[in-house]
Amino acid sequence: LAERSNLAGVQHIVLVLSGKGGVGKSSISTELALALRHAGKRVGILDVDLCGPSIPRMLRVQDSSVHQCDSGWVPVLVGQDKAIALMSIGFLLERPDDAVVWRGPKKNALIKQFITDVAWGDLDFLIVDTPPGTSDEHISTVEALRSHQLLGAILVTTPQ
Amino acid sequence: SSSSGDEALRDKRARILSRGLPKQKPIEGVKQVVVVASGKGGVGKSTTAVNLALALAANDLTKEVGLLDADIYGPSIPKMMNLKGNPELTSKNLMRPLKNYGIACMSMGFLIEETAPVVWRGLMVMSAVEKLLRQVDWGQLDYLVIDMPPGTGDVQLSISQNIPLAGAVIVSTPQDVALLDAHKGAEMFRKVHVPVLGLVQNMSVFQCPKCKHETHIFGADGVRDLAKTLGLDILGDIPLHVNIRETCDSGQPVVISQPQSDAAKAYLKIAMEIVRRLPVAPA
Repeated sequence: LAERSNLAGVQHIVLVLSGKGGVGKSSISTELALALRHAGKRVGILDVDLCGPSIPRMLRVQDSSVHQCDSGWVPVLVGQDKAIALMSIGFLLERPDDAVVWRGPKKNALIKQFITDVAWGDLDFLIVDTPPGTSDEHISTVEALRSHQLLGAILVTTPQ
Repeated sequence: SSSSGDEALRDKRARILSRGLPKQKPIEGVKQVVVVASGKGGVGKSTTAVNLALALAANDLTKEVGLLDADIYGPSIPKMMNLKGNPELTSKNLMRPLKNYGIACMSMGFLIEETAPVVWRGLMVMSAVEKLLRQVDWGQLDYLVIDMPPGTGDVQLSISQNIPLAGAVIVSTPQDVALLDAHKGAEMFRKVHVPVLGLVQNMSVFQCPKCKHETHIFGADGVRDLAKTLGLDILGDIPLHVNIRETCDSGQPVVISQPQSDAAKAYLKIAMEIVRRLPVAPA
């Protein structure tokens, strides 16, 4: 019996990109997820910014930890009704201010795990917050999501 | 004789452990290298690096200063230094840095189209950074300022492991999420044994141009608290001024175009603090 892929229940995946740092990707990803939830959708957030994971702090769950279940990691539930599923490297660090100083291959391995080994369940939207630049994290994320057909991206920028 | 045996054993162990790590080799002609980093994106690393390079030169007209833009994905320095064009090659096949305002500059931005994205994995990026560091005819420089990209990954590791760094300056805004990343940045330098000279508190306060009312848009004193936690000094405070951003966007950084302004004076002071904290330069 083939295992149901952890992404099989996710309807739409939206990447939030920018190129430039500090324009508000994480802020927008968070507010977008909350707004979609407010509109009654089932939402998840995947934070693939391994060096600077901001989302746990924005949602005040930086001290949470993740657990394992049969299908993989269980995302942390956030938001007022605890109905938004969040996964971030921030939950895997011993302390929230531990530095993640990794080269590409190690980052790629973790991103693949975040995409295939997190038990997302049934979601209408999965918002993926990315780090600045157009590098390993972005390439690995898009490659790992290649088999998932419903994919789009939002570009965030400031007027500067 | 047993203690010399122990020492020999320790040396041998150290040599074996360091095998596999790249050897640090200084850049030919460059006396001291200072990196400007942050961890977080968009806090003002490039703006600060550019103005600091100009300030180092302005404070001491006998010093030669270079500026390397190590942000391969989002090179900002060509625009800020008003430089364009492909570098020439010397007879030794080295790239000649582009110069403006007396500063020798090198950036990925000189090698690609302005709007072309660089979608590369870490390994290719490292090879590009190596070229921008060593295949450049820097000449004789007293200081090379390196503008780092955001994050704590391949580029930061490669630069710290391949060349001896005299010191690192960490830029942050007072915002919580920026400080979190700045803390990681500082820890990264500690891990690779690069001395952190201090923190720069950027975008500290905004003054309304009409009524002069001050707003701490990104929070107040966050950087001061982080400095205390990490046992580091604050090298200086830069306010959020429209003219700092405008002058950089137009390729005439404030230290050059408005040297009497408060912003320029802030950068000049920070440059002085940096020189004070650097070890004595090799002859």
